[in-house]
Amino acid sequence: MSNSPLPTPAPFVSPETEPYWSGAKAGKLVLPHCRACDHTIWYPKAFCGECGAFDVEWREASGLGTLYSFTQVFRGEGPYRECASFVLALVDLDEGARVLTNIVDADPAGLAVGQRLRAVFHDAGEAAALVRFTPIPTSSDT
Amino acid sequence: MSIRGQAHIVGAFEHPLRDLPQHSVQQIHAECAMGALADAGLSIRDVDGYFSTGQLGFGGVSLTEYLGLRPSYVDATFVGGSSYISHVGHAAAAIAAGKCKIALLTQGAKVRGVIRGAKHTADTPEFPFETVYGETNAGIYALAARRHMHEYGTTPAQLAAVKVAAAAYAQHNPHALLRKLVTIEDVVSSPMIADPLHRLDCCVVTDGGGAIVVVAPEIARDLKRRSVKVLGHAEAIKHSGGRPNDFTSTGATQSAPRALADAGISLADIDYASIYDSFTITVIMTLEDFGFCKKGQGGAFVADGALALDGAIPVNTDGGGLCNNHPGYQGGLVKVIEAVRQLRGEANANTQVRDCRIAVAHGTGGGMSRQASVTLVLGREDA
Ligand SMILES: [Zn+2]
Repeated sequence: MSNSPLPTPAPFVSPETEPYWSGAKAGKLVLPHCRACDHTIWYPKAFCGECGAFDVEWREASGLGTLYSFTQVFRGEGPYRECASFVLALVDLDEGARVLTNIVDADPAGLAVGQRLRAVFHDAGEAAALVRFTPIPTSSDT
Repeated sequence: MSIRGQAHIVGAFEHPLRDLPQHSVQQIHAECAMGALADAGLSIRDVDGYFSTGQLGFGGVSLTEYLGLRPSYVDATFVGGSSYISHVGHAAAAIAAGKCKIALLTQGAKVRGVIRGAKHTADTPEFPFETVYGETNAGIYALAARRHMHEYGTTPAQLAAVKVAAAAYAQHNPHALLRKLVTIEDVVSSPMIADPLHRLDCCVVTDGGGAIVVVAPEIARDLKRRSVKVLGHAEAIKHSGGRPNDFTSTGATQSAPRALADAGISLADIDYASIYDSFTITVIMTLEDFGFCKKGQGGAFVADGALALDGAIPVNTDGGGLCNNHPGYQGGLVKVIEAVRQLRGEANANTQVRDCRIAVAHGTGGGMSRQASVTLVLGREDA
């Protein structure tokens, strides 16, 4: 578990979403999966909007994904107000969900849509960790 | 059943001020209500339907009491900045169903100088998974702009062309917050807010609001003022259910064709368009999704002068949210008001579309991860 240079506000954790957050706290990306229709649900919830089932299983995901889009934000709000800048991104998880997150430990100028990423976990309060992403070095990187 | 011709807009009022430090929000609602009723030639006693977002106080109840209304029909639909465009469609439907005859819609907002804090997380199901990462409105639309650039080759200069067109109109609007002409260079050299969106790619932040009066056709007939017919209306919520939500299109792909079908018109019939412009990229995506140009060609389309009075489709002739007014981060009502002005032939000097017969107003409520899209089609009395 690395320390984050970004704010790590504690998310609101409810009994419904606790498996996601406790998974992250343990360094695992855990996603809800509908047993009835085989759909990976995003955002985390205990209900499948595709088929109306409550039969949700929390499965560990690969933690791997691809960069769909990114932006360097220079005007943060709330806990991010004091940040000079940070990278907000959309990552397509290999399991099929598109998640809003941050890219960390990377030069924003070197980011590119389509690049491969892996999840990192930053402790946020007693019951959760934030799921952020960092580039996977390619063989051409030195 | 189509909504076409079932209701008319007979009153419209945009609060002339953009900075209202001494007003309460309810006073702004009241001033706008009285302004629109005076425009219609009606009294507040005549109102029997009331539409607002219900964000102030206790849903639709608090303002009903403050204004002294005794409505037989109340609607407090909240779908972000597109709420007010939705309210016009809902009012027309309520009038068509005989639930009310004289509907009042109001907006009041006061946000200038208020520092936006963390969004509430506990009561909104999606927020815990987004706001903790520093999600902002500009950041979300920057993600859309970046992806649009990646897929279609859209450039920052093309985004800037939307602002340049808005400023060219705003110079003629005495009430616009920003009336100065700007160049492409001014936009792309303004401070970066969320790459690739610069400060001048973002809408203004204003106090104020407005009001609209929608009535049954037989009421409109007896009033002195020129009225505007409601021709069509449709709504859509675009979200991430089922498959990942794309960030390069808006809900207009659904609401626009349905609203046009409701009105019985085609795209070529549209003389003027009020297009929600929270950010420059919002306009480019929405124009594509209406079909004014091919998907992905919106950047070249706007850079080619399409939004100007002599362009392919005149857009936001009041200066839009980018220059004129975007009260309380919600620009929908102002979009309807400018469409009404155009159809009445009452736009600001040098911004009137010649022989303006049919207009649309489009609202985008929320962000890109999920959004409401509302399209309203309005027509001149002879349309
Ligand atoms: Zn299911």
